[in-house]
Amino acid sequence: MSPRDLFGAALRGLGANKMRSLLTMLGVAIGVGAVIVLVAVGNGSGKAVQDRLEAMGTNLLTVSTSGGGGGFQRGQAGPAAQQYSLTLDDAAALADNRLAPDVAAVAPVMTSNGTATSGDVSYTINQVIGTTPEYLPATNTPVSTGASFTKQDVDGSRRVILLGQTAATELFGRANAAVGQTIKLGAVDFTVLGVLASKDSTGFNDPNATAIVPISTLRATQAGYGPLNQIVVQAADKDKVDTAQAEVTQLLTARHQVPATTTSPYRITNSAQILQTSQDTAATFTALLATVAAISLIVGGIGVTNIMLVTVTERTREIGIRKALGARRRAILGQFLIEATLLSLLGGTVGVIAALVVSRFQLAGVQPVLVPSSIALAFGVSAAVGLFFGSMPAHRAAGLRPIDALRHE
Amino acid sequence: MAADALIDIRNVTKTYGAGETAVHALRGVSLRVEAGEYVAVMGSSGSGKSTLMNILGCLDTPTRGEYWLDGTNVARLTEDQQALVRGRKIGFVFQSFNLIPRTSALANVELPLTYAHLRRTERRQRARRALELVGLADREDHRPNQLSGGQQQRVAIARALATGPRILLADEPTGNLDAHSTDEVLGMFDELNAEGRTVVVITHETEVAQHARRLVLFSDGRIVSDEKVTR
Ligand SMILES: Nc1ncnc2c1ncn2[C@@H]1O[C@H](COP(=O)(O)OP(=O)(O)OP(=O)(O)O)[C@@H](O)[C@H]1O
Ligand SMILES: [Mg+2]
Repeated sequence: MSPRDLFGAALRGLGANKMRSLLTMLGVAIGVGAVIVLVAVGNGSGKAVQDRLEAMGTNLLTVSTSGGGGGFQRGQAGPAAQQYSLTLDDAAALADNRLAPDVAAVAPVMTSNGTATSGDVSYTINQVIGTTPEYLPATNTPVSTGASFTKQDVDGSRRVILLGQTAATELFGRANAAVGQTIKLGAVDFTVLGVLASKDSTGFNDPNATAIVPISTLRATQAGYGPLNQIVVQAADKDKVDTAQAEVTQLLTARHQVPATTTSPYRITNSAQILQTSQDTAATFTALLATVAAISLIVGGIGVTNIMLVTVTERTREIGIRKALGARRRAILGQFLIEATLLSLLGGTVGVIAALVVSRFQLAGVQPVLVPSSIALAFGVSAAVGLFFGSMPAHRAAGLRPIDALRHE
Repeated sequence: MAADALIDIRNVTKTYGAGETAVHALRGVSLRVEAGEYVAVMGSSGSGKSTLMNILGCLDTPTRGEYWLDGTNVARLTEDQQALVRGRKIGFVFQSFNLIPRTSALANVELPLTYAHLRRTERRQRARRALELVGLADREDHRPNQLSGGQQQRVAIARALATGPRILLADEPTGNLDAHSTDEVLGMFDELNAEGRTVVVITHETEVAQHARRLVLFSDGRIVSDEKVTR
C-alpha cells in the first residue's frame, strides 16, 4: 500500500466520525497550546525582570554592612559593628580615582521614612533617600520634570526634595504640578525641585513611592548622624564590575582594619548577580509551567489512545475484511498509526496556531515571549504522541487473526 | 495427478474450546480439489462447512492435519506470506457480502489490488473492468448502503475477482439473495469456472448445487458423500 493510499484510508477513517476526531484533536491542541503558551509566559516574565534589572544598570555595586540590613537600627549594634560602619569618608575614599581606579561614581545612601504633607493632603513616603547627585545617573533614575539637586545643595544642606511619581501624584494630584511647590516632611519644609521618572516594579514595593533629598539635609533633619545604610558604586565599565568590587572590598577592609581572619563585614551585591539569580528563578518558573503543560499534553495523548482503541474495536470487522483481501500486518498497522498521528498532528497544528494567537496578548500581566524551540518541540511531541499512544491500538488491530476479526460483532 | 491437486487437505480436524465444552467442528476431513473443478458443499447447519471454508481461505488454521495449497504447506507460511496467498490466489465471497462501509463500490473492488501493490492507474482499470463484468459499471461511486443486496454481492464478487485469483471460495453467496439475483450470481460462477477458475461454493439450495460438477456432503464434521453431479 503506497503512502498515499494509507493516507487516504486514514483520512476516511477520521472523517467517519468527525465529532469524535475533533474532540480528540482538541485534547491534543490544548496540550500543545498549553506547552507553547506557558513556556512563553515563563520566558516573558523572565525577560521582563531582566529588562527592568538591566534598566537599573548592570554595572552597579551596592555596598552595605552585613547583618541587620540598613539604617538607624544599627545604632544598637555593639562596638565591633560600629567599627565597620560605613561613613561618608568611606564614600569619599571610594570616589578617589587613585585608590579605586575602576570605580566611576560613588553615592552614599541613608534612608528614612516620613509623612509628607502639602496643605491638608498627607502621604507617607516609605523610602526617603538621602544621597548625592551621583546617585541618579548611577542607579538609572532620571528626573522627568524639574531638575536634580546639585553638589551645592548637598554642601549647603538645602531643603530641597525630588519626589517619585507616586509620591508626587498622591500629594499634588498631577505629578507635573509638584515642581516648585513646598511640602512638609516631618516638621521641615522642603522645596520640590523635580519629579523622578516612573520606574517599573521589580518586587513588591512601589519604586515610585520614594523621595530623594541631599544626604546632608536628611542627616540634619531626619536621620541623624549615624552610619550610612549603603554606598552605591558604579563601575567604570560593565566588564570592570568584578575588579571594581575587589577594589571596594580591599579599600574598605583596609580603612576599617578588618582582621584577615574574620569574614568580611561588607556585603557587596552587584546587579549582574541579582540578574543571574532572577534569571535562575525565571528558569525554574518556566520549567514548572512547562511541566504542567506537558502533563496536559500527556492527557491529550491518552485521549488519542482511547479514541483509537474505540476505533479499532468498532472497525474490527473491517480489519477482518481487509485481512481476508490480503492486507498484511504492516498495512493495517500503518493505517491506524497514520490515523492516530494525523489526529494528533492536526490537533498539534491547531494548538500551535491558537498558541500563536493567544501569546500576542498579555497573560496575568506578563507579555508572553515565544520560544521557537518550544513550538518545534510541542509539535514534534504531538506527532510522537500520536505514534506512541496510537501504537498500542494499532498493534492490537494488526495482530488480530482474520477469522476472529471477521466474526467480531 | 496426486501431486498437482490445487487444494489438498489431509485429515483436518478443528476443535473449538477444550474439555467438556469442546466443539468438534471438523472431525478428520480429507479433500482434494483439482484445478478447474466446480465443487458444491452441502450439509446440515452446524456440520462444519464454514469452518472448512475458512481454513481453505487461509482465514483460520486447523487444529490438526495439513492443508496443501498449490503444492505448499500453508502452515509453514509466515503471516505475511499467508496474506499474500489470500490476496493473490484466493477470492472469497461471503454470505453477508462484507463490503467496507462508507466506501464506494470502486474503492472496495480496488482494495485487494492495493494490497497487491498495483499502481494506481492499473488498479482503477482492473477494478472498473471487474465491475463491468458483474454489470455494475454505472454504480462504481455508490456506497454499500446505496446498493441492493444482489448488487452488493455482485460488488463482492467483483472484488474477489479483481486480482484474478485461481480459486473462488463462496460461503452461501446466494443465502441473502432472491431468485433473480441468485441466477445472476450463479451465471457468473459458471462463466468463471468456464474460464478455468476453481470454484468451491457452500450452499443449502439444491438449485445452486446443480451448477457444480461435484457435490460434497457434510454431516457432523465429516464428509459423508463426494460424487459427480449429473445434470
Ligand atoms: N468460533 C467458534 N467457537 C466455538 N464454536 C464454533 C465457532 N465457530 C463455529 N463453531 C461451531 O462449530 C460447528 C460448525 O460450525 P460451522 O459454522 O462450520 O457450521 P456450518 O456448517 O457452516 O453451518 P451453517 O450451515 O449454519 O452455516 C458449529 O457447531 C458451531 O457451533
Ligand atoms: Mg456456515
